[in-house]
Amino acid sequence: MSKFRFQRAQLCIPYGVFLVCFVLAPLIVIIYYAFTNGEGQFTLENLTGFFTSPNTIGTLFYSFGIAVVTTCVCLMLAYPIAYILARSRFRHKSVILMVFVMPMWINFTLRITALKEILTVIEGNLSFHPFLNTIIGMTYDFLPFMILPIYTTLLKLDNSLLEAASDLGADAVRTFLRVTLPLSVPGIISGIVMVFLPSMTNYVVLDMLYNSTYIMGSLIGAYFSSYDWHNGSMIALILLIIILVFTLFTNRYADEDAGSSRGGVLR
Amino acid sequence: MTKKLVSTVFLGLMIVLLYLPIFILAVYSFTDSANIGAIHGFSLQNYVTLFTKPELREMIAGTLLLAVGSAAIATILGTLGAVGVFYSGRFGNMVVGSLNQVPVVNAEVVTAFSLCILLIGACGVDKSSFISLLIGHVVLESPFVYLSVTPKLKQMDNSLYEAALDLGASPSVALRSVVLPQILPGVISGFALAVTLSLDDYFITSYTKPATFDTISTYVVNATRGSQTEIKTALWALSTIIFVVVVLMVILMNVTGNRNEKKAGAGNEKEM
Repeated sequence: MSKFRFQRAQLCIPYGVFLVCFVLAPLIVIIYYAFTNGEGQFTLENLTGFFTSPNTIGTLFYSFGIAVVTTCVCLMLAYPIAYILARSRFRHKSVILMVFVMPMWINFTLRITALKEILTVIEGNLSFHPFLNTIIGMTYDFLPFMILPIYTTLLKLDNSLLEAASDLGADAVRTFLRVTLPLSVPGIISGIVMVFLPSMTNYVVLDMLYNSTYIMGSLIGAYFSSYDWHNGSMIALILLIIILVFTLFTNRYADEDAGSSRGGVLR
Repeated sequence: MTKKLVSTVFLGLMIVLLYLPIFILAVYSFTDSANIGAIHGFSLQNYVTLFTKPELREMIAGTLLLAVGSAAIATILGTLGAVGVFYSGRFGNMVVGSLNQVPVVNAEVVTAFSLCILLIGACGVDKSSFISLLIGHVVLESPFVYLSVTPKLKQMDNSLYEAALDLGASPSVALRSVVLPQILPGVISGFALAVTLSLDDYFITSYTKPATFDTISTYVVNATRGSQTEIKTALWALSTIIFVVVVLMVILMNVTGNRNEKKAGAGNEKEM
């Protein structure tokens, strides 16, 4: 007779084991590969190599630039959209929101193909304006991810606070700047998290638009296809550290409800 | 008045910009033109190619099969994980909860690369066995299932489970017939989310797939590099079909959602 008794908490064992094997273990392997060379000896060469090579450092700054500009453009377009939708009295708000979010469910490579065809008609050769086209492509791809969290936060906004502000003599602009905007910061932060990191690493957008891959993610791709796993791991590790710092910094401010907005309206 | 007009025009303009490329592609998918801009006659050739070329048919079937299969596994794993963690102590909550966040915040390239290094580099898994591809997709999806089930567990009425035990149900029966029905909406939306994540994924697929297998994403990316016009325009047809399917799904979801709300509303009135 075994003394095994079924407990509800034991249900998480399969998932826990799965996470340890396929989420934790890969990270450990990455760290190991990043600090060893081909013979398995400890080395810092991959690290110093990254920071001394003009190619990798240049790519890091260029992708940072792409990510910052994309995030700003998305924010400037998404905030008004979310604000108008959340604060207005349109009768079918949720339907209009759906219309803005729906592109999320169409395969992004097909959407970028469509964008490419249109841009080619307008501009001709897309590689003449690489930075501009990258920003257009990334914004087109990620805009819905920015709209959703900001909308969720604005929708929860307590109307009586706005009334109080206007009762106390604040005009519309002041009310917006001093009440609405500060209260929507959690949504904005969640949106930034959703857009910034992907636009720093998603090299497929560039690759599809004009066959360039001058972005952080593609360095991993290049090292991967040339079987240089040690340098590739170092790039992955550096990206991982950027992501970690970014997450720690934003976690404090992000809106929990709007957090994982990939699910979005599906909930 | 002008304020409302300006906002409506702005929203309209953004919608047009978002959908214009997809619409133009949809219109051209019904012509025999190989480039946008040139005006040609009506033709269904692209749709015929899409459904008759074995290469394209296999690619679409493979993508769907992978999406549904991996989503099913991810849903089971993620749901069990969420239920288990909900009833476990702080330790389980901390370990599984924080590991669960890793694939959510991590860049997909990094997830894909690290998983590939582990499976193919360190463990010597053969890519052509589809094992690495399947594991990759489950890693991508299950955290989101977990995240959509957890809120439902928190909203659940715990006394019902206790009542079931008091009435003589075994824990596993109580879980199946009391807890599961209450979290089912979260499980279903988790599954739907998992399917869409799998369909949209490029990075994990391209790092872990067998060389001869393609999903829609990897196929499209390869096709943009190539110069086969027939394939290129057939993909316009595919894009149009996917667009129509998504629109239909959204309409269906809205209709059933409204009906459920009405039902819930009627129920509440009765109680009063």
